[in-house]
Amino acid sequence: MPRWLLPEAIEDILPDDAAALEVLRGRLLERFRTHGYQLVIPPLLEYVESLFKGSGRDMDVRTLRLVDPISGRMMGLRADITPQVARIDAHLLNRVGVARLCYCASVAHALPADFNSTREPIQLGAELYGHAGIEADQEIIALLAESLQAVGVAIARIDLGHVGIFSALTDAARIGPEASEDLFDALQGKDGPTLRTLVRDIGEPCRSAFVTLLDCYGGPEVIDRARARLPELPGIAAALDDLGRIASALADHAMGIDLADLRGYHYHTGVVFAAYVTGLAQAIALGGRYDDIGRLFGRSRPATGFSLDLRTLTRIVPAEPRRGTIVAPWKDEHACAPSLDKVIEQLRARGEIVIRPLPGEEIRAEEVGGDRRLVLRDGAWRVEP
Amino acid sequence: MSVVTLALSKGRIFAETLPLLARSGVVPAEDPESSRKLVIGTNRADIRLAIVRATDTPTYVQHGAADLGIAGKDVLLEHGGAGLYQPLDLGIARCRLCVAVRAGFDYARATRPGARLAVATKYVASAREFFSGKGVHVDLIKLYGSMELAPLLGLADAIVDLVSSGGTLRANHLVEVEEIMPISARLIVNPASLKTKQALLDPLIQAFRPLSA
Repeated sequence: MPRWLLPEAIEDILPDDAAALEVLRGRLLERFRTHGYQLVIPPLLEYVESLFKGSGRDMDVRTLRLVDPISGRMMGLRADITPQVARIDAHLLNRVGVARLCYCASVAHALPADFNSTREPIQLGAELYGHAGIEADQEIIALLAESLQAVGVAIARIDLGHVGIFSALTDAARIGPEASEDLFDALQGKDGPTLRTLVRDIGEPCRSAFVTLLDCYGGPEVIDRARARLPELPGIAAALDDLGRIASALADHAMGIDLADLRGYHYHTGVVFAAYVTGLAQAIALGGRYDDIGRLFGRSRPATGFSLDLRTLTRIVPAEPRRGTIVAPWKDEHACAPSLDKVIEQLRARGEIVIRPLPGEEIRAEEVGGDRRLVLRDGAWRVEP
Repeated sequence: MSVVTLALSKGRIFAETLPLLARSGVVPAEDPESSRKLVIGTNRADIRLAIVRATDTPTYVQHGAADLGIAGKDVLLEHGGAGLYQPLDLGIARCRLCVAVRAGFDYARATRPGARLAVATKYVASAREFFSGKGVHVDLIKLYGSMELAPLLGLADAIVDLVSSGGTLRANHLVEVEEIMPISARLIVNPASLKTKQALLDPLIQAFRPLSA
């Protein structure tokens, strides 16, 4: 095996992409900061018990593990930062009021999350703790939508769903956890034939209701259709009301509804959402409410948030024109002219890239992106093409 | 203008899809059996067909290179179906996934608890699941075609393959000993396409619907 071969679905980020990614990271985190979201940096490794808290079987198989030589306990490389931030909110910050937190860091996936995903996504997200109302969901969805717009991503649609509808039906029909998982998967894949087989022995009205969920996608008008066709359970009515209010409050964005789409991980408990852009085969960002995780860390807290993979986002954001490099002379040999060092410092302070060839170095303009030179003309330093 | 791409394979799936497309007034501009083109236009400027190898259909749809596809359940089971919506069983291209052995082979004896069976197949995932469900230990041999040959030359004790009329089995002195499952073609849809091109896709999906269970 060649020594430079990287493991499958693991890759380097080279200068142009790295520069674009860093610009995006800075702009998004700065936006979050001005909305009151404070940056946290959770650790790369934790004991697996805390990483998995409440996150279901998909996180379990997606986590790379190793034994901690100090404690002898099993550690995992984080596969998702959200539970870590929930732990920080519930156990370390212990704020009484609302906590707004954000983060951006690599996570590791033992198996790619999706068919063409990387195994090392750079997860960027924002989380809001301590408010159970839909206003918090609205704030988070609006933050996602406006942040993506601000970096030049045209959102084709933000789909809303609600885990409460699915739970109300499985509770009413007294369906056990294993059968629930199968129903969940069939709904997730809009797999009509399989779903019809799975619900065969479930009593009405829940049997028809599960099948109805398959067709409940489209614009906000789907909410009224669902209200007419789904059974009158309190959980369903409340969920549909929530979705209706969020959709109309955020009507400026292209809001959609998909009641069978319970995207994301298994820890979600309420409103969930997924943002789609034209030309990308999966959702660009996922999020939703997960009110139960904090309890597992000792303090129950309402929670909602979203995250996205910065690598994927970098691929779809229109590239900004790259700033060219100014090539300056190595040595200031002209005692009468203004100091070369000072001129270069001024240029760099304005954000220009200035490099000085080292002795013997032959500058290749195409390699360093050089498009201008700093030359002495009539006793003054000038930038010339 | 947005264009919808439907991926499907030549042969039986294409032939049996034509009447379903006709329901929504879509008629291909050419016949893939006579044309060598791989992208075929239709009488609708916003709908085109991509002619792919059957096993590649889910891959094209999963990556969004095609918005919709028509794929046999056999292919979807091998593929795994991740990242796809599978809303409809179209009930076309029907056949069965079966276990077949050489005439005279004692299959019951060969699949007793503790026995070990050599099975040649293109459908490795389905075969593994089926025999592990039965508690039979199998050595799977992946083949890409002409599976009927394997028992005849002693490469395997049994094969797992699609059977529609059974003619090929009979011609090679093989007998069907067990049906694994009935197979038919399904409509598959790329999730992001369904969200971003819903106005174009919904009428097509509806047109495919009436014939399905």
